[in-house]
Amino acid sequence: MATMLEEPKVTKELALVLGLTEEEYAKIWQILGREPNYTELGIYSVMWSEHCSYKNSKKWLKRLPREGNRLLVKAGEENAGVLDIGDGLVVVFKIESHNHPSAVEPFQGAATGLGGIIRDIFTMGARPILGMNSLRFGSLDKVQNQNYLRGVVGGIAHYGNCIGIPTIGGEIYFDDFYEGNPLVNAFCLGLMRKEDLIRGSASGVGNPVYYVGAATGRDGLGGASFASRELTDASGEDRPAVQVGDPFMEKLLLEACLELNRSGAIVGMQDMGAAGLTCSTCETASRGHSGIEIDLAKVPRRETGMIPFEVMLSESQERMLVIAKKGKEKVVEDIFAKWDLHSVKLGEVKEGNLMRVLENGKVVAQIPAKSLTDEAPEYERESAEPQYLKKMRELNLDRIPEPNDFNQTLLRLLDTPTIASKAWIYEQYDHMVRTDTVFLPGHDAALVRLKGTRKGIAISTDCNGLYCYLDPCEGAKIAVAETARNVVCSGAKPLAITNCLNFGNPMKPEIFWQFRKTIQGISEACEALGTPVTGGNVSFYNENPQGAIYPTPTIGMVGILEDIDDRIPSFFQREGDCIYLVGDTADELGGSQYMLTVHGFRAAKPPTLDLKKELALHKFILDCAKSKLLSSCHDLSEGGFAVALTECLLDPFKGTLGARVELGLTSGVRTDSLLFGEGQSRAIVSVAKGKNGKLESKARANGVPCRLIGEVTRTGLKINHWVDLSSELLEQTYRGAIPRRMELGESWAVKE
Amino acid sequence: MIVFPGSNCDTDCWHVLRDVLNIQVDFVWHKETNVGGVDLVVLPGGFSYGDYLRTGAIARFSPVMQAVQEHARQGRAVIGICNGFQVLLETGLLPGAMLRNRSLRFVCKHIYVKTENVTSLFTNRLKHGEILKIPIAHGEGNYFCDEQTLETLEQNNRIAFRYCSEQGTLGDEFNPNGSLAHIAGILNERGNILGMMPHPERSSESMLGSGDGRKIWESILSAANV
Repeated sequence: MATMLEEPKVTKELALVLGLTEEEYAKIWQILGREPNYTELGIYSVMWSEHCSYKNSKKWLKRLPREGNRLLVKAGEENAGVLDIGDGLVVVFKIESHNHPSAVEPFQGAATGLGGIIRDIFTMGARPILGMNSLRFGSLDKVQNQNYLRGVVGGIAHYGNCIGIPTIGGEIYFDDFYEGNPLVNAFCLGLMRKEDLIRGSASGVGNPVYYVGAATGRDGLGGASFASRELTDASGEDRPAVQVGDPFMEKLLLEACLELNRSGAIVGMQDMGAAGLTCSTCETASRGHSGIEIDLAKVPRRETGMIPFEVMLSESQERMLVIAKKGKEKVVEDIFAKWDLHSVKLGEVKEGNLMRVLENGKVVAQIPAKSLTDEAPEYERESAEPQYLKKMRELNLDRIPEPNDFNQTLLRLLDTPTIASKAWIYEQYDHMVRTDTVFLPGHDAALVRLKGTRKGIAISTDCNGLYCYLDPCEGAKIAVAETARNVVCSGAKPLAITNCLNFGNPMKPEIFWQFRKTIQGISEACEALGTPVTGGNVSFYNENPQGAIYPTPTIGMVGILEDIDDRIPSFFQREGDCIYLVGDTADELGGSQYMLTVHGFRAAKPPTLDLKKELALHKFILDCAKSKLLSSCHDLSEGGFAVALTECLLDPFKGTLGARVELGLTSGVRTDSLLFGEGQSRAIVSVAKGKNGKLESKARANGVPCRLIGEVTRTGLKINHWVDLSSELLEQTYRGAIPRRMELGESWAVKE
Repeated sequence: MIVFPGSNCDTDCWHVLRDVLNIQVDFVWHKETNVGGVDLVVLPGGFSYGDYLRTGAIARFSPVMQAVQEHARQGRAVIGICNGFQVLLETGLLPGAMLRNRSLRFVCKHIYVKTENVTSLFTNRLKHGEILKIPIAHGEGNYFCDEQTLETLEQNNRIAFRYCSEQGTLGDEFNPNGSLAHIAGILNERGNILGMMPHPERSSESMLGSGDGRKIWESILSAANV
């Protein structure tokens, strides 16, 4: 039996230890009009942590475009964004980080990250129908990062596969800047009928407040505060702050909560995620403009001797707070009994504005609910342009020699884990359960059908952190444009985004400058593309002893296909089809994977994005999709034209093809730029012979450059006299890059 | 359609039977003790009871499995897919056991299986040696049994499907989980119970990339109509 902790005496020093500042401690005194007790201090420390309060970012987040006629709730108002997709249906989606937990315990950190985002979706009444993830690690040639990858992928697979929600796509980058501070961003999307939307709100005085799901233990204690600090060599000692997930429990909770929603017995629901019982009680009360009272003695526990501080701050997984309708208690209890889950009445909604926490009838905390949420501190942090940028811009690309052998360069890029096939990863995820996955992983965007309708939903997550490092505003714009382009290339219309903003320590002016520029870039791109921000998450303090990660604003774009038969695959479909390059190619090598991998430079300006050109490209492709003109469409991204063309040949499902192309020389553009430059707003499309005229006239009508460059062949890749490789070698290299490293461990790196 | 807590392919199978094949199908909760006089019981894939202890190990004790055994004793059809196959092994309705995949990783992808038995009620619409493209998704699909059992299975034509290449070649490189004798699915002695790791419900509609799994459902239908 665990011994009962003795509550320490409340002092200013203790407040600092818990992560509060002196001013914040004074503000608590002022709000309460007295000294807070230990439980109250704990409650403030987690609710005012960056993780829960967004105190350093809120002011800037408000500048993001958050309006649109399809949005049913405003960003930040509820647990996730809600988007009307017509026919009485809505989708609910969000992306969230679990970086710090994954850094100290990759398997459980990633698993519970997914578990948390899934709860955010079904807490609103929607059935989660798919997951995606966006991951960043240090170089895969290092054993530590191989272990991170193995753990994180294993954790996501463990949780997602068991709960029966397909993980249908995502993206991964490997770069030294993520060494020791991997990023694990999990995306989930749910579907429901519009009238089934539940709010995370506690209203109606006298309505009972229920605790449902798993029992409470000491796991995840102070997780929100832990996530609001930099990682250090001693972060391993924070391992108890990482929660442990039970996907089977969550599957039961999911089914029970959806059944509960259909019963009409509840007024609100909120999952216990970061800051657990604390956050769910004060947030529901705050949203409902009510008071709330709970008694901790009734909380189901799996450990003895827990003090109120621990019960309130525990982040044990798979728990929910349910605000039921008075008189419907039996309905709630029967549903949870059917699923063999706890359901305990903890208290009820009260008049006024107080969150009152009792233990066995004795008050242990009494705090105005809104002082923890809407009225939490907000700061404007200092911002200054980083020193490194000046140095970066000085690099003269003219002094970089072109390679002698483009075949070798292409193979080298295909062997780069960031570019290579991710089959080793996605084959560990059940990506087909629910039988809606129409595009298997490997396509530009993930695509699911919605049974009973003609519609499809396309999703893409992306962010090139290196671009953002070199130019945060342009990089953020590109991240939005790239995800939109991926969605468009599958034939779907982009609707809205969710974002996960991963940065270093915001108290450092250079980091905050990156953050501000990023918000500006996202705003510009979202406004131009008509895709508002529905919500998301900010993760600061992503630093290791060597410094901050790249600014990494991961974007999750959701798009719709009104008719799933208009979808366009990313891969060439048949020999003899004509290949076109759509968009302009300029001399842009800065920030490319080619510069990084072959020349070892993280420098110069990243590609520039012209939002007008980007929009024209989208209109053109969607126009082609509607008339089912294209055999395939694939966007150009990391690795540029040569890598994109190779990818078009390597359909993992139907087998490989070949291509013979002749690129016209553009004056002033280097050959390596033509082949490997990452200029934006471009795509490779293929059409059946005889449809050329129609394609070219549509391109003209939309003002998009579109050049016939060659044809699809049975096998082999030929690009001018520069590249001549067999499809087998391309495939082996592309598919082998990650498995080889994962199977050989360190000996791989030595061989290099 | 049996539903255990943790089943997650139940609605997928239900969708195929009801919407694709127009068959009446009902869900039966694990606490039920009766499956009624149905023609076919489906034990769907998923993680019954979280697959704690061992895959399918707890499901065998659920009340509904008594009813399923009685149903099988009467000679009526039972198909166990993925976790359903694991439950059939744990219950003893089929011989053998599942080990973890040779790679020690969960694996989800399309693979090929070769039809070895074309006389059973699950395979009568298939030709001998017919190759099906069909997905798998499991962490423990490495079938194992003792030599004597394997000999009995081989001799009595009870191996329904084996993993193979696109052309039908057998070999370790085409076996996704290390399964003994490349076994992907087996029948009981009477031929009214089939357990298989691949998911026919995920390959019953052309939009999902393969319609090959549909032939298994159609075989069952044609047998039931006779």
